[in-house]
Amino acid sequence: MPAEMSHLPASTRRTFLALLGALGAGGALAACGGDTGGLDSGGSGGGKPTLKQWYHLYGESGTEQAVQRYAQGYERATVEVQWTPGDYESKLSSGLLSDSGPDVFEYQLNVDMVRSGQIVSLDDIVGPVRNDYTGTDLTATSLDGSTWGVKIVDDTGFLYYRKSLLAAAGVQPPTTMDELINASRALDRDGVKGLFIGNDAGVTPAFGGGALLDLVLWTAGTANITADGRIGFTTPEAKDSFRKLRELAESGSLLLGAPTDWWDPSAFTQELVAMQWCGLWAMPKIKEAFGDDFGIVPWPALSASVGRPATFLGGWTSMVSAKARDVDLAKDFVKWLWIDNAQAQEDFNLSYGFHIPPRKSIASGAQKLQEGVAAEALRIFNESAVAPNPMWTPKMKSAFADAATAIVRGGGDIDAELAKAQQAVEAELARLAA
Amino acid sequence: MGATPAFWLFMGPFLAGLVVFVYLPIAWSFVLSFNRAQNTVQPREFIGFQNYVDLLSPGPFLDSLWTFTIFAAIIVPLTFVLSLLLAVLLNQITAARAFFRSAFFLPTACSYVVASLVWKLSIFNGVRFGLANQVLSVFGVENIAWLSSVSPPWYWLVIATVRLWLQLGFYIILFLAGLQRISPELYEAAYVDGAKAGWQTFRHITLPQLRTTSVAVLLLNLIAAYQAFDEFYNLLGNSSLARPPLVYLYYTAQGNQDYGHGSAGAMILAALIVLVTLAQSRVYGFGKADT
Repeated sequence: MPAEMSHLPASTRRTFLALLGALGAGGALAACGGDTGGLDSGGSGGGKPTLKQWYHLYGESGTEQAVQRYAQGYERATVEVQWTPGDYESKLSSGLLSDSGPDVFEYQLNVDMVRSGQIVSLDDIVGPVRNDYTGTDLTATSLDGSTWGVKIVDDTGFLYYRKSLLAAAGVQPPTTMDELINASRALDRDGVKGLFIGNDAGVTPAFGGGALLDLVLWTAGTANITADGRIGFTTPEAKDSFRKLRELAESGSLLLGAPTDWWDPSAFTQELVAMQWCGLWAMPKIKEAFGDDFGIVPWPALSASVGRPATFLGGWTSMVSAKARDVDLAKDFVKWLWIDNAQAQEDFNLSYGFHIPPRKSIASGAQKLQEGVAAEALRIFNESAVAPNPMWTPKMKSAFADAATAIVRGGGDIDAELAKAQQAVEAELARLAA
Repeated sequence: MGATPAFWLFMGPFLAGLVVFVYLPIAWSFVLSFNRAQNTVQPREFIGFQNYVDLLSPGPFLDSLWTFTIFAAIIVPLTFVLSLLLAVLLNQITAARAFFRSAFFLPTACSYVVASLVWKLSIFNGVRFGLANQVLSVFGVENIAWLSSVSPPWYWLVIATVRLWLQLGFYIILFLAGLQRISPELYEAAYVDGAKAGWQTFRHITLPQLRTTSVAVLLLNLIAAYQAFDEFYNLLGNSSLARPPLVYLYYTAQGNQDYGHGSAGAMILAALIVLVTLAQSRVYGFGKADT
């Protein structure tokens, strides 16, 4: 454009752009320095190594401050805690694939993490205290003869029921599937549905659903993969269990389409249902809503003669990444925090939310687990909780869930659908055996 | 005029970003698709076409392509008809033109995630205080669990309505632009010849003149349907009831940490989209000079 049309002479425009460019380059150089993003947790000089610890966001208030407090108490290193809201799983997977992931993190054990060498064995720190963990805890953290994690919190689930509503309908807390179906039907009245097991009738793992995928097998006396590594979901008892679950789903007494899923007790506390399958973590909220007017039982057995009541072993396990800069230091930190520090374990489990401290000695001595429904919860946990099998990969779970969805929600043929799932699971088992 | 230093100064960052964030991952993904990559993105174990064979055998990926077919069969004709209808109506309005056009176009600015969540948690949730259920209860109809009911599959209604609300505005604008290019002399000539206003002129003048726009709308719509992810992911999640290819691949790669199969699936899907686009161009003569 002609010179008289621009507002500034050409030389001034040039110097301005040059200044901008220099500022930009300087900013880029500054950003290149230091990879802590500018946040040091105090006293970073003096040669103390740094450990990165990742947690997911625990919903209870006070938990984030608590873990920061524990981390600051560790003297041999500076521990940076990352508290991840939202999709922790994806972030963790990406972090473990790269070199800038966590040194210590929490998750649940699965076989592919072990086989691809993403985590290190913790036999040397768990070994001396093995007897202080329940058999289910050890099963959940062990694979191929080694222990790979230390449990941080133990969770489990119960069938919560309203004592007053059951009494009004003349129903006893169910101990078999038939009793459950009858109870659910009887309680489906006056605008309140009988039972909430998830918006997916418990069989589709979307949004944390799929609550019954394991229970349907455990309460029939089998499991998705049995202890000797074979498929257990095609037995006659398993098929009967699916039939019963389909009957329950088709009874019309289930609550479907709630805004949140089974892990949120809102459907129960807002009196949309008389019974809900929910977790230990929900007990404080339910107690606040109903006081004493609720009880808990494990998920009922298939029948009086087949299977036994069962519930799941949940919670989180602390593991050490194989890519940690100082693996021994990371292991020492895990031992210091989750094995030796009994006070931290009890505090984290019981002061903010409601979980069970994994070490038996701490759980049995904890004040809050001594009486009332809490003591009942601990008893159900010790007697009926079943550990998930670390060999059960997400791909197997997806194939099995597709079959369960087709059977229970779609009315599909049980034998045909389970055969399809069996094919997919066997292919995965073959891959893992290779 | 060659590529001057000023050209590289301005285009450089954009090109660098394109290479690093688009072309490089595509190439990496292509290489990974021929390897077994479980819990890793390093291509260490070459297995040839095994990943492709696994996916193209009967299984969840083929089921997802079937889901996509149902979805496309629902959404493409509906979008086409509704956006054309609304564009014709909007073209004829004389009062408050700008308001009506803005009202229809505004939803395109809304995020798919936000809209899906509003549909799921507020309008179509299955309990008595969901908006749809409250309206139905006025007519005495019982609560419907919109996203959980399998027979009849009401979730298709939820998915279709959210996508229509979000994308109609964009296609209305395309059709409006096409409509405004039609010379009014054509209509005047037709009236002189005795044609009646309405369906006759629509069928014989408007539609043929909108041919290129229609082809563009159909093509864009079909590609968008192939890439459907947000509303399925947020409304249904990992549910075999309606799991389109991208959702399945997302859970395969990120969920199962199986990057080999995930990459292979992405390549298959990309090839499918290219094939369909080429076939459509051949059928509709897209790109040839207007006759």
